[in-house]
Amino acid sequence: MIIEGKVLKFGDKIDTDIIIPARHLKYTDPQYLAQHAMEPLDPEFYKKASQGVILVAGKVFGMGSSREQAAIALKAAGVRAVIAESFARIFFRNAINNGLPAIILPDATKKINQGDYVKVNVETGEIIVNGNTILKGKGITGMPLEILKAGGILSFLKTTRSTN
Amino acid sequence: MSQTLTEKILSRAAGKNVSPGDVTEIKVDIAAFHDLTGYHVIEVMEKAGMLKVFDKNKIVIAFDHLAPPPDVRSAEIQDQIRHFVKNLSIPNFHDINVGILHQLLLEKYANPGYVIVAADSHTTTSGAVGAFAQGLGASDVAAAVITGKTWVVVPEPFKITLESKPNKWVNGKDVALKILGDFKADYFNGMSIEVFVREPSAFPMDFRATVSNMGIEMNADALMFVPDSETVNYIKTMRGYEPPVIQPDSGAKYKDEYTIDLSKLEPLVAAPHSVDNVRTVGEVEGLEVDQVYIGSCTNGRLSDFEMAAKIMKGRRVKTRCIAIPASYDLFKKAMELGYIDTLVQAGCVVTYGTCGPCLGGHFGVAGPGEVMVSTSSRNFKGRMGSPDSKVYLAGPAVAAATAVEGKITDPRRFS
Repeated sequence: MIIEGKVLKFGDKIDTDIIIPARHLKYTDPQYLAQHAMEPLDPEFYKKASQGVILVAGKVFGMGSSREQAAIALKAAGVRAVIAESFARIFFRNAINNGLPAIILPDATKKINQGDYVKVNVETGEIIVNGNTILKGKGITGMPLEILKAGGILSFLKTTRSTN
Repeated sequence: MSQTLTEKILSRAAGKNVSPGDVTEIKVDIAAFHDLTGYHVIEVMEKAGMLKVFDKNKIVIAFDHLAPPPDVRSAEIQDQIRHFVKNLSIPNFHDINVGILHQLLLEKYANPGYVIVAADSHTTTSGAVGAFAQGLGASDVAAAVITGKTWVVVPEPFKITLESKPNKWVNGKDVALKILGDFKADYFNGMSIEVFVREPSAFPMDFRATVSNMGIEMNADALMFVPDSETVNYIKTMRGYEPPVIQPDSGAKYKDEYTIDLSKLEPLVAAPHSVDNVRTVGEVEGLEVDQVYIGSCTNGRLSDFEMAAKIMKGRRVKTRCIAIPASYDLFKKAMELGYIDTLVQAGCVVTYGTCGPCLGGHFGVAGPGEVMVSTSSRNFKGRMGSPDSKVYLAGPAVAAATAVEGKITDPRRFS
């Protein structure tokens, strides 16, 4: 699985109240949620991400609430993958469950800049920046990879159920 | 081999011995959700074509985030869940008049050694009785509700010891903030915290619940208090039976350890917009405040209202003040003990069993430019309402002292 796109960069501790404020949680419609992604930090995020982007962030990206809408909103807004120095556990699972690759890369915010173009190999974690620099992130393997390949937990549940 | 509490619980749940780093499937003892995530859980189950539960007695549902419904959509969400409850004959369902999910899990369901998953991050609260309790997203909870199983990466256990006795006006919040201030919010990512209390009765269940609740703010995979006499007494008092106790083996290996001398702790505050931006109350004293909130699954228990009532007795609040005991049972006890009377006389707006203000939902949302002091768990930008508001997190004593003075106040001024 190779994913590529232009980088939108954020700092440490981007929490779920930033990614999608609680007042939007009464709905799960991806298009509705996309329009409010990252709203408190950047109300224009939706427009900036709409061409398809890779998010790069610092520590414990997605910390806070269990709201699955955080992953849904980012993906629907145009985020193709998130590369972060670390992820909050629940967000990481929500991302995978909704088919949004989440790659851990120590020092991501130091090594990748706003506007860079990155190519990510989801399985090996290899990240190529601007066609030349090669970085080694943590690839997705095992059960999370199976869920990701199935396109999310729903399709995964359906396929595992049919083979049981 | 000697096992930590984490390894013991997860080995039992996995049906084989597991160690930190292992990825394993585990059985869950309780799967739970509330209104705001519940409709999403049910939606996932419907889309998967699997509208069934693994064991209806092991599902717990409570309405709290949207209780009572602040708008039509919230009422619609609750109605949808009531239908689900009725169609599948789920016995452990708690409508808008019972309490906040995590408080109910603690009062009625959680036992030492249980694996509990719920569609809410503050599920860690049940760690107060020594359960391995984790929040999960709606899809993961849907899978657990259907199959009775989930998967985990076995976390690396870290040991915290609490020594001695806390001073007056210091409670669980100050311990949670002390840990967050010393380690910062990302340190415990991928770890479970096991807390040993040297003098069990000096750190009662209310205090433990606050610390476990804020385990998620530390980004720990779980935060468990090692079951002791206080755990057994609490469950016996609440439910009339003695729970089986599970404990780590002596000689079990931890990643590291850390000790807090409770007698040296003073009232702490987390300044905007981060839970680990921790200060002593003295450092922020005097700041004018618009609204104080005392309640939530973090600090909405009896001892919290006891502290608040002691400070508010015979006084009037100068800020707007909202007080919300976390459950009906707590509200009733607080009423019998006179705390509610004191708070109402002081000018607080009182209800029970709703999460409303904590997540900027309803019942006291922060306006632009407003300053809040809250006993809840999060002060992220925009968490309690406007992104231009500021939230200071504190324990109930700082919150009550602030309410009666109109500005952030050290409760130790109220001997």
